[in-house]
Amino acid sequence: MSLSRSDFQVISDWISPNARVLDLGCGNGELLSALSKNQGVSGYGIEIDDKNISQCINAGVNVIQRDLDLGLSDFDEDSFDYVILSMTLQASNYPHRLLGEMLRVSAEGIVTFPNFGNIKSRIQLGLGGRMPVNRTLPLEWYNTPNVHLCTLKDFEELCEKLDIEILERRAVSHNNKSGPGLKLFPNLFGEIALYRFRKKV
Amino acid sequence: MPEKIPDGSIGLVKSSTFHFDQPLSLACGATLDEYELVYETYGELNTSRDNAILVCHALSGTHHLAGYYCMEDRKPGWWENIVGPGKVIDTNKFYVVGVNNLGGCHGSTGPTSRNPETDKPYGPDFPIVTVGDWVESQQRLSEKLGIEQWAAVIGGSLGGMQVLQWAIDFPDSLRHAIVIAAAPKLTAQNIAFNEVARQAIRTDPAFYDGHYYEHDTIPESGLRIARMLGHLTYMSDDIMAEKFGRALREDTINFDYGVEFQVESYLRHQADSFVGTFDANTYLLMTKALDYFDPAAATGSDLSAVMTNVSADFFVLSFTSDWRFSPQRSHEIVKALHDNDLNVSYAEIESHHGHDAFLLPLPQYLSVLGAYMERIATESSI
Repeated sequence: MSLSRSDFQVISDWISPNARVLDLGCGNGELLSALSKNQGVSGYGIEIDDKNISQCINAGVNVIQRDLDLGLSDFDEDSFDYVILSMTLQASNYPHRLLGEMLRVSAEGIVTFPNFGNIKSRIQLGLGGRMPVNRTLPLEWYNTPNVHLCTLKDFEELCEKLDIEILERRAVSHNNKSGPGLKLFPNLFGEIALYRFRKKV
Repeated sequence: MPEKIPDGSIGLVKSSTFHFDQPLSLACGATLDEYELVYETYGELNTSRDNAILVCHALSGTHHLAGYYCMEDRKPGWWENIVGPGKVIDTNKFYVVGVNNLGGCHGSTGPTSRNPETDKPYGPDFPIVTVGDWVESQQRLSEKLGIEQWAAVIGGSLGGMQVLQWAIDFPDSLRHAIVIAAAPKLTAQNIAFNEVARQAIRTDPAFYDGHYYEHDTIPESGLRIARMLGHLTYMSDDIMAEKFGRALREDTINFDYGVEFQVESYLRHQADSFVGTFDANTYLLMTKALDYFDPAAATGSDLSAVMTNVSADFFVLSFTSDWRFSPQRSHEIVKALHDNDLNVSYAEIESHHGHDAFLLPLPQYLSVLGAYMERIATESSI
């Protein structure tokens, strides 16, 4: 079964079999459903959108309807092996608090987000003088849910500040290709940034 | 009332009664030596006996979930919106059972039934029953019906509390638990509302300490006030504003105590239709069962600890404007479940209908509940 989003394959590779996973902003449950079928993973998705809730239930995914900005206080410390936040960090009101919460409830965190430092965005903003609209940022500035866009550099700086140790980093293009350009200049050519991290010990 | 049965209704239905002569020890210390439970079934039990659904009723509910008893019936069963052929709880797939709880006044043994020791109605001598007692009696009904394991036990409000109790007391007897607009225990405010309702009934001069049957009367005004108060807690401020606002029945105010505002008229109508159909002693018992419900009491109020043996998959639902059992109360249930790594899904339905929403055909409610029922059917190839 192929996954519909380029970041899902990388996330699946990072997650060990039979792990306990919390997927924040789990959408229609596609990732959790695949992880459970292929890797014996169990856990919960958190989602706010009504349509997605119905689809998760259809897919047999454990989904809890909640606003992520209200935090994860209902989950105890170290309840999970991984917490996933895929393409949602940039839409949360308090990304720094959310990252802290993720590492409170879980040993490791996985985050993916659209890289605002990608060359297309830079050209659209730097030369075109307009907010970028492209494959990873498809909506206009006025109707996008994204309120905290960042680049790879920005994210890594925040991790440093929050005492977060980055275990793995991947920058991929829209269709999950990672050529030599991407490896050399991830912040310039990466469309989607992926990180696996934990608390600094 | 229906000239023809509406499309999608289960149609004409009949209730049945089981007599139990195995004594039932109650939480209060009393024993019911024998008792009857009235119940209704819809759809067919399949040969593998794995498509049975138990629906537990709320405070004023009954075993009559859906359909009509006769063509003269004014109203169908209380969950007609949800239960029926092709409906969310699809009687073409599932064998659905509704049961009137002990202490009720719709056919199961309760205060209006004959006490074999005195040959008179039990009245106030009917022992106080708890949610745990109900679940025990429902388990015995399952045995009589030949159901070893329910595909799901489902209930809203006080019915949802029975579902929780089922999952705790008989973990192997249900595969799914669907808890709608419920709470793991009442708050002080909830208990206070119940107490005001009870006081209204008990201080009615026609109550006669519960022996009103012998005086050939009923504590009508007390029961009316209790029902009106209950209805207030079932609605949100917003829905009352939308339904009634400050609208008057006539164009002018009369400076008297007659029915002037539409909301007054509504409450009186609710009271009217309740008084003829519901017994005051049963109302008292049901509110007590609510007050006493606290499955976590045994573990020092640690709901997670009391759920360690639970094995059912859960679906918990709440409604945003429900202030009687708010979404926060459902969060407590959900937390206890994921603390135990159990399968649980939770939907918080946007609605301005208050607690009453669980009885209404709201699109998102039907969508998620339908999706969950479909999942139950699919996993067991029903």
